[in-house]
Amino acid sequence: KPLDFSENQAFKISEQLTPETKVTSHNNFYEFGTSKSNPIENAQGLKVEPWTLTIDGEVDHPITLNYDDLYKIVALEERTYRLRCVEAWSMVIPWVGFSLADLIKKAAPNSKARYVAFETLYDPEQMPGQRNRFVGGGINYPYVEGLTLAEAMNDLSFLAVGLYGKTLPPQNGAPIRLVVPWKYGFKSIKSVVKIRLTDKKPPTSWNLLASHEYGFYANVNPNVDHPRWSQASERRIGAGGLFSAKRIPTLPFNGYGEQVANLYKGLDLRKNF
Amino acid sequence: MKVNRKHLPWVKAVFHLFALAPIIYLFLLVFADQAGGDPVQFIIHYTGIGALNTLLLTLLISPAAKKFKMSWLMQTRRLVGLYVFAYATLHVASYFSFDLLFEWSLLGEEVIKRPYILVGAVAYLILFALSVTSFKKVMAKMGHNWQKLHNWVYFAVILISIHFYWSVKSEIIEPSIYIFIGLLLVGLRFKKLTSKKAR
Repeated sequence: KPLDFSENQAFKISEQLTPETKVTSHNNFYEFGTSKSNPIENAQGLKVEPWTLTIDGEVDHPITLNYDDLYKIVALEERTYRLRCVEAWSMVIPWVGFSLADLIKKAAPNSKARYVAFETLYDPEQMPGQRNRFVGGGINYPYVEGLTLAEAMNDLSFLAVGLYGKTLPPQNGAPIRLVVPWKYGFKSIKSVVKIRLTDKKPPTSWNLLASHEYGFYANVNPNVDHPRWSQASERRIGAGGLFSAKRIPTLPFNGYGEQVANLYKGLDLRKNF
Repeated sequence: MKVNRKHLPWVKAVFHLFALAPIIYLFLLVFADQAGGDPVQFIIHYTGIGALNTLLLTLLISPAAKKFKMSWLMQTRRLVGLYVFAYATLHVASYFSFDLLFEWSLLGEEVIKRPYILVGAVAYLILFALSVTSFKKVMAKMGHNWQKLHNWVYFAVILISIHFYWSVKSEIIEPSIYIFIGLLLVGLRFKKLTSKKAR
């Protein structure tokens, strides 16, 4: 479905966009299978209407949003972000949505709030990966992710409800997903049903599965390799065929250092990867 | 089944077909855009698992020939073995071309720095050595050294299973099964490999 939104010029970049067909057919969404083509094959039946997203925990005004609210709680805008997967490929994607901070402000975090925890829908009947660990890659579902409150309140943190001007397809995390462009893609949790402000660092799915490979912060960092592959460069998926992809150097914080580096002052990013 | 010399070319033709079909299928998938938006990982995994499956089949040939008294089967072993090398070559070539986009320095770095890639690279060198010495002439020239060299295939199957196990992001059930089957097929030769005379 087409969406009404305004373009946010502050978040436009000149890099060539990854074509829509590739953005919607190359996905990691283990709830629908572990191969890149599984989500588009298996997610089309995902029921997003009705949907309930709750924002609660250490807040003064817990919020419950239904499907229609997602598109009007905050005025929608379009932002073009780079997406860098931990597997060393990347895309450039025009998202439609709103700033995460705007939503969190509405819930009014109290003085105890230090982290923000996110949770994906848990519905084994709709999600074959949650029924069967062969399909779901051995993750303990529901998929959970988390940010520090400061990260969540950063201007870049975004809740997307659309892609290329239309509502999100199921394989991209319909109806609402997180987008944190300076972190590896697995932080950008899909099909979110719960946002909870907490005083303790929340568990995060990939970190639980392999803590030496995936840290809580997961900031894009060319100087800290994944134990099994280099993060110094990435394959940019653009238009065209197999050989048209380019290998480009990976930038610290995926090129968003100016906006976010100050969040990590005094933190050893080699240890806190 | 009775297969004599006359039938052997037909048997071999069928084996060729079975070995080539998955490669043709892969080409069709990729060119019909049915292998995902960015089929690089798909192609690398497909050819890699193809190499391992074919290797397991190669190792199954001699036990099967003995058990079912089908000595003609032994005549197909070189053919199937060379397909292992063919699949492995496609696997390495697609990793280097599609994923690394022909960056030699990155290839060198990754082989040295990543144990699972190093393990795979060693296995590939073994497969290469076995393939270039698979000609009858070379075999005759090498004498008993030929068997010595070709026993390295058992080391290769273990290395490749480990390479697979190490490469997956999560869910180790499938690679664990491969390691088990690999060990089983090597185990079948335990006697032969440990007795001095057989060498």
